[in-house]
Amino acid sequence: MSNKVVQAMYNDDDILLDAVKETRSSNHHIEEVYTPFPVHGLEKAMGLKDTRIAITAFMYGCVGFMFSIWMMNYMMIEQWPQDIGGKPSFSFIQNMPAFVPIMFEMSVFFAAHLMVITFYMRSKLWPFKEAENPDPRTTDDMFVMEVLVDNNEAELVSFLEKTGTVEIKVTEK
Amino acid sequence: MSSHYEAPIRRPLIVGEKSYHDITVEVAAPVEGKANKLWWTAFTIALLAFLWGLGSIIYTIGTGIGVWGLNKTVGWAWDITNFVWWVGIGHAGTLISAVLLLFRQKWRMGINRSAEAMTIFSVVQAGLFPVIHMGRVWNAHFVLPIPNQFGTLWTNFNSPLLWDVFAISTYLSVSLVFWWTGLLPDFAMLRDRAIRPFQKKIYSLLSFGWSGRAKDWQRFEEVSLVLAGLATPLVLSVHTIVSFDFATSVIPGWHTTIFPPYFVAGAVFSGFAMVNTLLIIMRKVSNLEAYITVQHIELMNIVIMITGSIVGCAYITELFIAWYSGVEYEQYAFLNRATGPYWWAYLLMMSCNVFSPQFMWSKKLRTSIMFSFFISIVVNIGMWFERFVIIVTSLHRDYLPSSWTMFSPTFVDIGIYVGTIGFFFVLFLLYARTFPVIAQAEVKSILKSSGEHYKKLRDGNHE
Repeated sequence: MSNKVVQAMYNDDDILLDAVKETRSSNHHIEEVYTPFPVHGLEKAMGLKDTRIAITAFMYGCVGFMFSIWMMNYMMIEQWPQDIGGKPSFSFIQNMPAFVPIMFEMSVFFAAHLMVITFYMRSKLWPFKEAENPDPRTTDDMFVMEVLVDNNEAELVSFLEKTGTVEIKVTEK
Repeated sequence: MSSHYEAPIRRPLIVGEKSYHDITVEVAAPVEGKANKLWWTAFTIALLAFLWGLGSIIYTIGTGIGVWGLNKTVGWAWDITNFVWWVGIGHAGTLISAVLLLFRQKWRMGINRSAEAMTIFSVVQAGLFPVIHMGRVWNAHFVLPIPNQFGTLWTNFNSPLLWDVFAISTYLSVSLVFWWTGLLPDFAMLRDRAIRPFQKKIYSLLSFGWSGRAKDWQRFEEVSLVLAGLATPLVLSVHTIVSFDFATSVIPGWHTTIFPPYFVAGAVFSGFAMVNTLLIIMRKVSNLEAYITVQHIELMNIVIMITGSIVGCAYITELFIAWYSGVEYEQYAFLNRATGPYWWAYLLMMSCNVFSPQFMWSKKLRTSIMFSFFISIVVNIGMWFERFVIIVTSLHRDYLPSSWTMFSPTFVDIGIYVGTIGFFFVLFLLYARTFPVIAQAEVKSILKSSGEHYKKLRDGNHE
């Protein structure tokens, strides 16, 4: 398969959305869409699967919760129990109410940070990462749809020209 | 156009005939332009205040906490007042970006970036006070449960002060990633517009290579939503835990169950006031009146009015419960607050926090920019005095009358406080010149539904 793509540029989100729907229904493969802001309904139109990142956040939160229980039990109950202010820490369950704030904070800490790290990893975002948007205007007011060429360059270009594009470019990826 | 429908009764959030490109240009303008005289003046003043504060901090650390006005009876005063004041101010940023996101309030988009910046900068100020108050700041890491040479010297997880350590550090770090994740597309916008190579390099570093793919946006929105869902209980827990510092003690005037909701309401109250203070100036200086409209200020004033009234209810409830409890120590603590030697601080607190926000019932006053600015300053003063009243008046008359004393701050106390205000403004002014101060990607996504021009076009078509 060649890596040739046609980049069709649009200057309006509604036109882009219609173009994406049209392109998909005429069985062209949309490689990628770059937009300057979240266009609602775009992921549905492109047929993207739902993201599962919220589920990971829940799992990370559970890890944080368990970790905080283990940590406080180990440090205060098992390894060095103390009698602080006449309230001995010899039993986890009796000390548990005082541990609730930190259980909560740790759950949030783990869920939030690990989810964001997962997001950065999955979307390949980190310092010194080179940006890959095809045109600097796609962070301003331009929307780009990349469609894969499958030995049908001329046909594809003429098809895309009718979808309201303002600029069209064929490039090697 | 039907997908962008919004009820005509809703006033536009973006004034004027804006296109997507106009938004880009206007948000980038303060970053790309040169700083004016006003900015330099403000920055110099803030920097001088910061340096004075730095001097006071160094003097405190070098000499000891004895240089503060604290004494044996009043062991907590300005430092913890300032700590609670700054943490409270921080709350508005999270409230705006997280709670208003969950409630789908579109007006948050014009102000959330700056409000979150304010959150982070003020939590930094707040964190300074307990650390300095430790005296031996080089041992500050002892508050963390990290393995050490004693093997078994762990922190005390029963202590509300340790809960504070966890709450504040979780809050600061989660707010930071929330803020930064939202900033990525906007840094990318600045990166792609940058002409000078140095600027381009900096903004590509900051934007983490954001490219705006459809999948990235999908994840971005999900992450924002989940972070908002996490940050909402987090922000409530933080001030709840701050109030536990007092509420779990056995000091009359502190040992009350109303503290958590009362502190949270007070925090939102003071935070929104600070957002108003900052944004009323910023919208003017950075020419962002089309995005931070009078409606935004009006809505914040309404929040100030409501939370101010909640705080007022809490004050009155406290007085009633003290009387109703029949505990004479409790009764005396409140009688002493209102009529004792610190009556003037109590009066200032009552008039600034309960009385002054009631002006906002008037539409004319709450849509007046000058008046809103004035009230926002008044509220900030009032909320500082609230914490001072709670802390100092509860302590200065001990159980033992021979220990009764007064507190007066030294120049070092005042210096550190003024220094943190300076530090805060140094950070905020630098932010206003280098960061995209409006969440432009989000604002673009509501342009067609809430932009004045599009609303007019649509309403015209339907008639």
